Amino acid sequence: MSTQAGLSFEQAPPFSLPLQFFLTAPLFLLVAALLIVMDPASLASRWTPQALALTHALTLGFLAMAMLGALMQMLPVVAGSPLPMPRAVAWFTQAPLVLGTLSLMMGFLSAGPLAFGIAIVLLGIGFAVFLAAATVSLVRATGNVTVWGMRLAVLSLGLTFTLGLALALMRAGVWIAPARAATLAAHLAFGLLGWVLLLVVGVAFQVVPMFQITPPYPPLLGRWLTPGLFVLLLMHAAAPGLPPRLGVLVEAGLAAGILLFAVATLRVQARRRRKLPDVTLDFWRLGMASLIASVTVWIVAQFSPTWADSDAYPLLLAMLFIGGFAVSVVNGMLYKIVPFLAWFHLQAQLQARAGSIPTMKDMIAEDRTRWQFRFHLAACGLLAVGLFWPLLARGGGLMLALSALLLAFNLLSAVRQFFRHGGRFT
Amino acid sequence: MDTILKFLGSDHRACDDLFASAEAAAAQKNWDSARTLFDQFQAAMAHHLSMEETVLFPAFEARTGMREGPTQVMRMEHEQMRGLIQDMAGAFAAGDRNACLGLSETLNMLMQQHNLKEENMLYPMSDQVLSNSRDDLIRSMQAVA
Repeated sequence: MSTQAGLSFEQAPPFSLPLQFFLTAPLFLLVAALLIVMDPASLASRWTPQALALTHALTLGFLAMAMLGALMQMLPVVAGSPLPMPRAVAWFTQAPLVLGTLSLMMGFLSAGPLAFGIAIVLLGIGFAVFLAAATVSLVRATGNVTVWGMRLAVLSLGLTFTLGLALALMRAGVWIAPARAATLAAHLAFGLLGWVLLLVVGVAFQVVPMFQITPPYPPLLGRWLTPGLFVLLLMHAAAPGLPPRLGVLVEAGLAAGILLFAVATLRVQARRRRKLPDVTLDFWRLGMASLIASVTVWIVAQFSPTWADSDAYPLLLAMLFIGGFAVSVVNGMLYKIVPFLAWFHLQAQLQARAGSIPTMKDMIAEDRTRWQFRFHLAACGLLAVGLFWPLLARGGGLMLALSALLLAFNLLSAVRQFFRHGGRFT
Repeated sequence: MDTILKFLGSDHRACDDLFASAEAAAAQKNWDSARTLFDQFQAAMAHHLSMEETVLFPAFEARTGMREGPTQVMRMEHEQMRGLIQDMAGAFAAGDRNACLGLSETLNMLMQQHNLKEENMLYPMSDQVLSNSRDDLIRSMQAVA
């Protein structure tokens, strides 16, 4: 451990910086919902322009947006190493990410090379800035299980972006790359199982025990799960060059790792000391149940070629993993992070006696977070069933829209409380 | 003998345990037991903060020469915790369930993120820079009233 690393741990970045990421994220959830409501038939296959636009609204617009904001906030706390120049990094990441994601969606919907070109430039700027800053911070950081999860997740994000860039160049008609199918498979795997899953796993090892006061995760799992999954992902990317039997084994290893994480999380949560109702806990449990469901769906596909070749299989897998797991967990985290930051910055700015400012629970009305959870749950259920019974898909889209609107409203209500009690952006 | 990380880390767990028990009793409006448990939690926290502020932090500051660094941030967060704990004492005395739970949720987040910083950074750093006097330091902390 370097002594230098810990020396820089200091106060969190200004409230406004992570907040701009957190408040933008629900808008992309809303955009995704509107795409479904306007044209539920777009979910007929994963390759429709709408399905591709929708997927990137969720992964870039919602997930990456919120996760980058959370990383910015958490690096000083868990790694003792804040991002350098946080203000510049926030602006040069967030604005390009918003506009770049919108351009990319336009590119898919219109098949226009120009939109892809703009998306490539903007997303390139946004990710290059963030990845450079995160690399500086993570190299300086003190190594622990969460820092290793973050390092591998950020590395995976870089790979996902690079592979996505190659795919976008093909779409823009600039470049015909060899091995398009392999590039696509690796883009998906590093994006979902690398960036998203490894970050959630690494962060879970520290935040799951802290929210509900649970026993720690088994130390061996903490030490080996993220590097193990990452090695499997590298092998998975190389799979087209390997014997098919080995490819299946690698996938089985990934599935086993996912299952281990979900079961271990549910187990430590079941042994929590704080047994009070908690909406974040509900979001996490839904997320873990969805992970288990997605592994089950994958297992069925190994034994049923008809199911594996159907249009519904990859869509259901994506819906369970992205919507049921990743969106749920991130949504739940926002309900801890945003009210806490509103309280923390208000207290620090006003040097207020604690009783004179709202507590975390006063920042967002609890029953509204509960309603938002119900809308989200209904959206997940209806969209999953809607793959087989398309009549329900539009209802699922509507539920997702309601969920997104209420999430935005809830997060804004914390910001309103912050201002009402005299907080200001510095 | 223990490391500073082990010694103070396990004291965090002990405080967490009392905290969770007091909060659960308040949630069930079991006020007699809630107040007893809260008093124990308050005493345990006061003791923990005092071990750090009177023994560990001064030793760390003297050894590293950093008075405005990490220990300063930790001291500020200690003050934030004391404020919340004082308000909680009022809410427990008044038997106000909602106030107790609003304050306890806030204190839990503040305490846990604070503990992460200490256990991930400050304690391991202290074990490193104070390795020569570690056993004496732990004895002095144990002797804090």
